[in-house]
Amino acid sequence: MAVKVLIPTPLRQFTGKQESIECGARTVGEALGDLTANFAELRKHLYTDEGEIRSFVNVYLNDKDIRFLDKENTRTKDGDTISIVPSIAGGSPNSTND
Amino acid sequence: MYIRAGAGLSEDASALGELTQGRSEQGKGRPERMHTMKKSLWTESLTGTEPIGRSLLGCIGNTALLRLERLGRNYPNAEFHGKAEWLNPGGSVKDRPALEMIRDAERTGRLQPGQTILDATSGNTGIAYAMIAAASGYHVKLCLPASASEERKQILAAYGAELVITPGDEGSDGAIIRAREIIAAEPGKYFYPDQYSNPANWRAHYKTTANEIWEQSGGRLTHFVAGLGTSGTFVGTTRRLKELNPAIRCVSLQPDAAFHGLEGWKHMPSAMVPDIYDATLADASLTVKTEDAYRLVKRAAREEGLLLSPSAAAALDGCFQVAASLQPGEQAVFVTIFPDSGTKYLSERFWDEV
Ligand SMILES: Cc1ncc(COP(=O)(O)O)c(C=O)c1O
Repeated sequence: MAVKVLIPTPLRQFTGKQESIECGARTVGEALGDLTANFAELRKHLYTDEGEIRSFVNVYLNDKDIRFLDKENTRTKDGDTISIVPSIAGGSPNSTND
Repeated sequence: MYIRAGAGLSEDASALGELTQGRSEQGKGRPERMHTMKKSLWTESLTGTEPIGRSLLGCIGNTALLRLERLGRNYPNAEFHGKAEWLNPGGSVKDRPALEMIRDAERTGRLQPGQTILDATSGNTGIAYAMIAAASGYHVKLCLPASASEERKQILAAYGAELVITPGDEGSDGAIIRAREIIAAEPGKYFYPDQYSNPANWRAHYKTTANEIWEQSGGRLTHFVAGLGTSGTFVGTTRRLKELNPAIRCVSLQPDAAFHGLEGWKHMPSAMVPDIYDATLADASLTVKTEDAYRLVKRAAREEGLLLSPSAAAALDGCFQVAASLQPGEQAVFVTIFPDSGTKYLSERFWDEV
């Protein structure tokens, strides 16, 4: 299943300047796993040495923060969009309160 | 200054100017007091005609220089101090440059009554503009990335600012680009302080922050350490401190990578470099990892009773890095800037995770 992962500007240097990457995945965790398998340098920016998503890295599935869904096990479906947003103070990728 | 007579609209501006006076005697001993009581308590205000209290904007600056009692104990040759900038009425260091940019624009005619103040800001500068504008009768419009916290957006809205939200994944650069588009479409309507390019940003620190540090440390500081965002704090404070004593080592700090969680800081190699930034000023430049700052936020709160923001803790981490590299026997007196407190960062995940 294809989901689109939006790459934040500071990480595009590691994706050959691509703004979004299509990944095959059934969960958010799989999509990010696929992404970091293809672009190995992204890994240390997104994950701790222990393999956890770093605490300032907020991941959204279609604008919903996955920490309020099923975290990395949140299921994805065809056409979903995942955004990676550095928490410069705990925000969301759109202007809504979620 | 709380009993200064003739409080009025220009009180804040004179507070900024006052600090620059009487600075010719430098270096030796204690510098003279910054604020002398102009009249005795008894000759004033008992007449019942003088206004009492202070103007809100007159409370900008003159923040406490806090001494760390415990966190630095691993470095017995060093003393650590931070300017508690959350004590400014808008809650951050940004009150200083925002006030200076607005007053400078009024003086030079670039800001006229009825105009809207428009800028790009990740939060603290916006809060400062919004507060100062509300207190001075201007309208404010701010471009900010969606990744700014809900708490910040609510504070801005409470002051009556109009918000233009730009995509979170474009960060502060996206907000800057949007602000420039809005101005280009309707140039006469707005005053665009452009904190990244406006010399009044760093001059606020040259006129106030640096002289306060000099005064409050009795000229004893050996090191000044600060993070870089717009770079106004570091550039302005360093320029003035170097005039007062060229031997003071000034160290600038940046995030360790383009992708980071240090609100207010910029990774210069990958970001749009601010026009006001002067890379030649720093004696050394160090980097701080986001998680190290987060851990120090938690320690400072629990061990020192100081609720610091991530960038304030990162600045302290920078001081510790420098302290770790001191020569044996070298004594150091560190001063850094704590740009704001931790209260706007309470919804961050690091409180549970790091
Ligand atoms: C929380 C915080 N820390 C640090 C800074 C950096 O200060 P400066 O822009 O003067 O470099 C800012 C500026 O926006 C800030 O808001």
